[in-house]
Amino acid sequence: MMTIKETFPVTAGDMTCAGDVSARIKRQMKQVGVPAAVMRRVSVGTYEAEINLVIHSLGGQIDYEMTEEKITIRVVDNGPGIPDLKKAMTEGWSTASNEVRNMGFGAGMGLPNMKRNADEFQIESTVGVGTDITMVFNI
Amino acid sequence: MDAATLYHSVRLEQDKCKGCTNCLKRCPTEAIRIRNNRATIIRQNCIDCGECVRVCQNHAKVAVTDPVSVIDKFEYKIALPAPALYAQFPQIHNAAQIIAALYKMGFDDVFEVARAAEVVTYAISRTLINEDRPRPVISSACPAVLRLIQQKYPSLLDNVIDIVSPMEAAARIGKEEFAKKHGVPIEKIGAFFISPCAAKYSVVKNPIGMEKSNVDGVIAIRDIFTQLQSLAKGEMTPLDIERASTVGIRWAIPTGESEAVGMRHTLCVDGIENVKHALEQIEDSRFDRLDFVELLACTNGCLGGPLTVENGFVAKSRINAILRHTVDKQIQKTEIFDKAHQKFRMTEEVEPNEALQLTGTMAERLEKAARIEEIEASLPGLDCGSCGSPSCRALAMDIVNGYAHEMNCIFKLNERISTLAGEMVALGASTRFSVGGNREEPNEKLDNHAGK
Repeated sequence: MMTIKETFPVTAGDMTCAGDVSARIKRQMKQVGVPAAVMRRVSVGTYEAEINLVIHSLGGQIDYEMTEEKITIRVVDNGPGIPDLKKAMTEGWSTASNEVRNMGFGAGMGLPNMKRNADEFQIESTVGVGTDITMVFNI
Repeated sequence: MDAATLYHSVRLEQDKCKGCTNCLKRCPTEAIRIRNNRATIIRQNCIDCGECVRVCQNHAKVAVTDPVSVIDKFEYKIALPAPALYAQFPQIHNAAQIIAALYKMGFDDVFEVARAAEVVTYAISRTLINEDRPRPVISSACPAVLRLIQQKYPSLLDNVIDIVSPMEAAARIGKEEFAKKHGVPIEKIGAFFISPCAAKYSVVKNPIGMEKSNVDGVIAIRDIFTQLQSLAKGEMTPLDIERASTVGIRWAIPTGESEAVGMRHTLCVDGIENVKHALEQIEDSRFDRLDFVELLACTNGCLGGPLTVENGFVAKSRINAILRHTVDKQIQKTEIFDKAHQKFRMTEEVEPNEALQLTGTMAERLEKAARIEEIEASLPGLDCGSCGSPSCRALAMDIVNGYAHEMNCIFKLNERISTLAGEMVALGASTRFSVGGNREEPNEKLDNHAGK
């Protein structure tokens, strides 16, 4: 089956580049003609994940894969890991700094938003190792 | 409406075009290519924003509108001046003088688009308050923005307010009121928009959200400016029409519409590149808490339109003087306002324009997309435009779609010439002894190559 695969590194703390990966993925989805509703869900999910990598992680990468049936986004970071996953999945809960909040981020909607937008959502996290998120979107 | 048959205001005058890359680089939808040393416009992709008209130093890009004589086709003629018209004339700070000049020019009546804007405003507010619409609701007033959304942001079409533009509302109300007042059939009345905007001409020819426009002609402000200026200075008989208030006239300025709509959380963005950026962010659900977004393709909104005469920034400051001279500071409601949200609703769906998408089955499209990535990676990434496509990525797309060749890239061509020249030199060296059959010893390299 025809598959498009790409890997994009994301640098921690680099707000100037935040959003570049999701913009590239979005551009390609539009070109391929992924249905608008799916395209939007992937965009929102990927954007949230990318911003999380920039704000909360020590850096990581986004793997993107598109087939005729689905789009898979895997987000892996190099730590620090989430101590309480259940809390982190709660809407409105955030550990973002004031500085980040002043920029309009850190509303505590990131992970819940990813889960809500994806058809399948998996998250694993180990403190000191990192977080591994997979989102699947059916086309 | 099939995108390929769209009627466009923006055209190219072939003999003036030098084939430079100014318009190529500025087109927000990448609708221009340079082929055979001349620009060509890909009609399906053009949104008539007029950016290329502004940027072309050779005046090869032009915005076509109707000639002033278009009004002679009708027995009764109504002028629909855009509020931007009022800000064009140095030293004239009273819009009434300009309206009077339109009468002197030969119009039987004048219906201010600003007044229709008040009706539209009211209809939008009611819809926002009473109906559950995806947020943010996006203004439908700027036709270039509407075409941009159809083409590049189709997922946001549901957010666009399905109320017609003030120009359309003005044509309808103006004709109906005139017919009633003078007892003449509507078909004998022509309504003519006095326009700062090229896209308005296109949208009248190919309406969005309705089957047929009520506007019968679009006349560029620049085409009647001189005539109006001299007529506006003469004696003036007092006007006997219902005038727009400051609320409607403020629609000429960015934020004029969003402030008039009166919701708590609004945003106004002007300038086509800024608008694109905002639409990307709306698509990423980053503006979900906003109620209403006013998006204007031109910097300074309609005051910066490509068919205006005055500098948009100067016009913006002059509007303030005009507002001071405007008698009514609040909307004067008539019975038209009551049913406005029903009467001025769009009657047809605003469809996506898929001109930018790859074609074929999903598998074929994926394969093409993969090839585009691959080709783009092999290109220099300078986006210089020398190949005739606006960017390396656009060239990659053009190659995959069969419209261009890799050798259109001058860097690729250079590389290839170097390689070929190198091969020629090597070939010359290796065949030196064989010329004229005087080959004395076998050439190892050549034999190896032939063996393959």
